[in-house]
Amino acid sequence: MSESTATTNNARSNANRRIVLGSVGVAVGMLIFCFFVLPPLYDALCDLTGLNAKIEESSYEAVPAAVDTSRTVKVQFLATNNESMPWQFGPALEQVRVHPGEQTTIEFVANNTTGNDMVAQAVPSVVPFKAVDYFHKMECFCFERQPLKAGESAKLPMVFTIDPELPKQIHTITLSYTLFDVTEMDAKASGGSFQWGKG
Amino acid sequence: MAHGPAKGIRRWLYTTNHKDIGSLYLWFSFAMFILGGAFAMIIRAELFQPGMQLVDPEFFNQMTTMHGLVMVFGAIMPAFVGLANWMIPMMIGAPDMALPRMNNLSFWLLPPAFLMLAATLFTEGGAPQAGWTFYAPLSTTYANPLTATIFIFAVHTMGASSIMGSINIIATILNMRAPGMSYMKMPLFVWTWLITAFLLVAVMPVLAGAVTMMLMDIHGGTSFFDAAGGGDPVLFQHVFWFFGHPEVYIIILPAFGVISQIIPTFSRKPLFGYSSMVYATASIALLSFIVWAHHMFTVGMPLAGELFFMYATMLIAVPTGVKVFNWIATMFKGSISFETPMLFSLAFLVLFTIGGFTGVMLSIAPADFQYHDSYFVVAHFHYVMVAGAVFSMSAAVYYWLPKWTGRMYSEPLAQVHFWTSFVGFNLTFFPQHFVGLAGMPRRYSDYALQFADYNMVSSCGAFLYGVSQILFLVIVILTVKGGKKTTKEKTWEGAEGLEWTVPSPAPYHTFSTPPTVK
Repeated sequence: MSESTATTNNARSNANRRIVLGSVGVAVGMLIFCFFVLPPLYDALCDLTGLNAKIEESSYEAVPAAVDTSRTVKVQFLATNNESMPWQFGPALEQVRVHPGEQTTIEFVANNTTGNDMVAQAVPSVVPFKAVDYFHKMECFCFERQPLKAGESAKLPMVFTIDPELPKQIHTITLSYTLFDVTEMDAKASGGSFQWGKG
Repeated sequence: MAHGPAKGIRRWLYTTNHKDIGSLYLWFSFAMFILGGAFAMIIRAELFQPGMQLVDPEFFNQMTTMHGLVMVFGAIMPAFVGLANWMIPMMIGAPDMALPRMNNLSFWLLPPAFLMLAATLFTEGGAPQAGWTFYAPLSTTYANPLTATIFIFAVHTMGASSIMGSINIIATILNMRAPGMSYMKMPLFVWTWLITAFLLVAVMPVLAGAVTMMLMDIHGGTSFFDAAGGGDPVLFQHVFWFFGHPEVYIIILPAFGVISQIIPTFSRKPLFGYSSMVYATASIALLSFIVWAHHMFTVGMPLAGELFFMYATMLIAVPTGVKVFNWIATMFKGSISFETPMLFSLAFLVLFTIGGFTGVMLSIAPADFQYHDSYFVVAHFHYVMVAGAVFSMSAAVYYWLPKWTGRMYSEPLAQVHFWTSFVGFNLTFFPQHFVGLAGMPRRYSDYALQFADYNMVSSCGAFLYGVSQILFLVIVILTVKGGKKTTKEKTWEGAEGLEWTVPSPAPYHTFSTPPTVK
């Protein structure tokens, strides 16, 4: 760039302008990358690896034909309240034994023990990670937010089936729900303020 | 062109002179160094003995957080920007920085940013307490909203300052070199800063993005980092470390540059393997973008992720090793003398290498589960941040102070500063390796009794190190006010480079007509 002749001021200020514009472009590009590429990329990687059970945010449609009665899989249910969530929340049955391909319905029970109307959101997680792709939820209360009035309780159904393709070495699957208090978040969102970037 | 600076405070408010702005940056960063150091003294005083002695745990957490934030963003980064302002135009034969008015703005954004950050100490919620890495949800759900909002605004401001500063450095190096100063003739300090500036432009926006997401989660009803709304707190760690890992190289690369100037001078030999140094620096910078998740081996990554980030991290040891070997080869068969800048550089070489080795230990994913968030990590990054960046900064100040002021510092006092720093630093951080391996977790205001002895040693070392930095301030003031005058262009007989061809002290305007580089 630096020729042996002295660069004139004009040429130099043009060159400076190019560098400033280019650098600002990189900076803005990285900001966009950070907002619109990194979070979706992260979600895509989580889907791919089955981490966070971020898969199947909506119900599973196809019902597998054959029930594999030669195998039995133990499915365990866990319920956790996030931080100060005051509801009583838990599975009606702590574990069931099912055959792959068999459609099973179980229930969770939630009770809003407080004197306030509240909204909750359950977030599921499945271990082992390798089982995530084979655990299908046909119906789940976790697909939607759950409002409960003060003192109200509800039975929350969950319908699932285990894919017969489930790897042979997996005998136990644990499904865990964490219940979040989203009362404030729900109020904010319906209040019309901006709501882009749901994860 | 032959006008001097304005008088009084307006000189500093309005200045567009690279030397003035460089001095502003250096003094500002030293003030922040003392402030961050004061926070560290409170931490070490509390940890002097087990049990709760002086401060409550919330305040302790504020101290660890503010110590990290102030040291990284307020002390080390501006110190190197100040050095870049002073030295880069003089090293490449330019009359000033390419964009002098933006230079003024990028400095003057810093004091308000840090005033805001420091002001959070006096708010009802106190200063941020989530650690300098401010992981969500500690920094969102659990943070005081006022504190978090002020903190976010401060980070945005200092980020803008850094981006402007680095654009200026890029423009200066690309456009303002003297005739004949080809890229592969540039001093290594200039090279390392060019690469650092690119890193800054690329990752400071990511930090801005991370804090903006926090801001929207706190006030905007979004759920980037909140699982209840479909987000994920682990996403925060990914975004943060995507910024954070290049950031640590932003801090250390200019230090490499400084050491590469000083070691040849006092070995009276040219730098060994100049071009391999340039390529090693560039490859460290490139690798820094693909290793971020080694800070989060324990979040529950897939095995493939653990392996990828482990091997990529280990790969960085190769170009870093090239650098260390080149510095040693530069000294080999040189006629070495041990003035203070060289002493700090040698200490850098030894201690930074120790920090590098513990870094390789930490990069081993299965072993990291034991080291994670322990004092071993604290020891590791202080070996690279303090003995790396801060020691090289001390070396740089002693090396160029005669050029800046036209006065010689007191060599005996400076050597006292060096030895107290060296001993104090090692007393502080070497025992932390042991307590860390034995299981002492970081960021707690108390610890189990078996760690008591080493912690007391650590605290004593920290107080010694702290006091020796006050001595540093005294030495610099004594030099500026009444040091022995030196008018020699070359302060050090072995020094090479354009900055040693101008008079001492360097006149207000240098290279108004560009020199010719053979």
